[in-house]
Amino acid sequence: MGVAPFAVYVALFLGGPLYEVIYGAVTTTRGSLTWFNFSQTFHQPYVGAFEESLKLALLTSLIGGVFGLWLACAVVTAGPRSPLRRIVGSGAGVLAYFAGVPLAFAFIAALGRYGEATKLLQDIGINLNAGSFTISSLTGIFLCYVYFQVPLMVLLIIPALEGLRPEWHEAATGLGASTFGYIRHVAAPVLAPALIGAVLLLFGNAFAAYATAYALVGSSVNLVPGWIQQLISGNVLVDENGIGLALGVEMIVVIAIVMVGYAALQRRATRWLQ
Amino acid sequence: MTILVLAAVFFLGPQVSALRYSFVQSNGENGLGNYTQLFHDSALGSSLVTSLEIAALTTVIMLALMLPTVVWVRLRLPRLAVVVESISVLPIVIPPIVMAAGLATLQSHASAQISSVIFTSPLTALTPFYVILAMPFAFRSLDVGVRAIDLRTLVDAARNLGAGWTTLLLRVILPNVRTAILTAASLTVALVLAEVVISETLLYDTYPVELVNTGQNLVGVAVALSVLSLAVTWLLLYMVSFIGNRDASRARIGRLL
Repeated sequence: MGVAPFAVYVALFLGGPLYEVIYGAVTTTRGSLTWFNFSQTFHQPYVGAFEESLKLALLTSLIGGVFGLWLACAVVTAGPRSPLRRIVGSGAGVLAYFAGVPLAFAFIAALGRYGEATKLLQDIGINLNAGSFTISSLTGIFLCYVYFQVPLMVLLIIPALEGLRPEWHEAATGLGASTFGYIRHVAAPVLAPALIGAVLLLFGNAFAAYATAYALVGSSVNLVPGWIQQLISGNVLVDENGIGLALGVEMIVVIAIVMVGYAALQRRATRWLQ
Repeated sequence: MTILVLAAVFFLGPQVSALRYSFVQSNGENGLGNYTQLFHDSALGSSLVTSLEIAALTTVIMLALMLPTVVWVRLRLPRLAVVVESISVLPIVIPPIVMAAGLATLQSHASAQISSVIFTSPLTALTPFYVILAMPFAFRSLDVGVRAIDLRTLVDAARNLGAGWTTLLLRVILPNVRTAILTAASLTVALVLAEVVISETLLYDTYPVELVNTGQNLVGVAVALSVLSLAVTWLLLYMVSFIGNRDASRARIGRLL
């Protein structure tokens, strides 16, 4: 009984849009069942957009994962209530969850045609504007995405790092293990599920993200969200709404798979780390 | 140590650049012109007001919906907690652009009556759905707060003294979980002020949408406002890191997902 308002609210305002996406993807404008929308998404330009989106998500999640783990290891040595932890923690929270449009403009100010870093690099003989580089491109989006993926990794992995008990290190050393041996045989196996899980989440995060890419390039960007927005806004051709919605369903499927993997790994991770 | 230096260059670089960039006015001189533009540009100003209104309303609805749910589940249906939690984090699986696509379709199918009630103003059109987006953040923070107090004793004591459910929620539980509420509220406000994909797709003029538009011709102003936005959001989360008890702080920002 007590959860009825919550259930009704979710059914209405989450179920409503979700129903529209799925229904619109599998029906024609007249309402009869069709596979047409999905079959279209397996052709160009949508296959190419999917490749770009997956590539971007894969690259930024791996790079974000490596550097995020490295940074987290450095940060975790400071106590949980130390100023460094507070600043890194809150700063990472901003960048990981709420950066969006402001992040794009910070990068334009730094690496745009008239950006501060561009000018600085020009002074030491590196001309960014000479080549094909522009911040309003997939390369620029890649840089911005790394900028929020690393903080997200830090936030996700710090609890796991904190779960590594100092006694384990002492016990391993006491039994004659080198630091490398401890990492190889104790820390790495214990952390592995949490690490892989975090990278999966990073992957899903980059795959779903759009705000920064939109601010940087606009809806013409060759990523799945860009195509969805164009198709939905009727910028391409009429009656292509359904294809946009089919792409949306496919995005949900990709992220759902990622999240199921994450949940399974998370269960394993909590076996040792609490 | 190496990584701290690398991180400082990579993360502070763009921010320092943005700060320097923001002080160069459109006339080429240094000054605060880009910042004061917020007060001169009526489109920007009114979009900020719109976004703040949405943020306030979203926070109120989110609390009114989630707090009683979390309390009820923890008190009466602990076995349902997992279900409610999974539903609360469901919005994470749905990318903002897909939510936007669903809403745009909903909008085009809605009857004239529904459209005139909901979709004519950004406040009524966006708020209900921003509450959904805020649920993953809100559930976690409120759940941590509610679990940290001795809920059953408080409820029994209040009920014995004759308190009804409303009194119980507003005057007994609410004051006891105010840090969790503050956390949930801060995250919700930050989320609303950052959300651009849905409002842009549905063509509503919220602050982040107007920020992108401004950037089309007045880059300096957009950069200045971006510096401000990130600074304000960071301050909000930084303050959140100081409030509240130990148990809650562990689960606060780091474990939203």
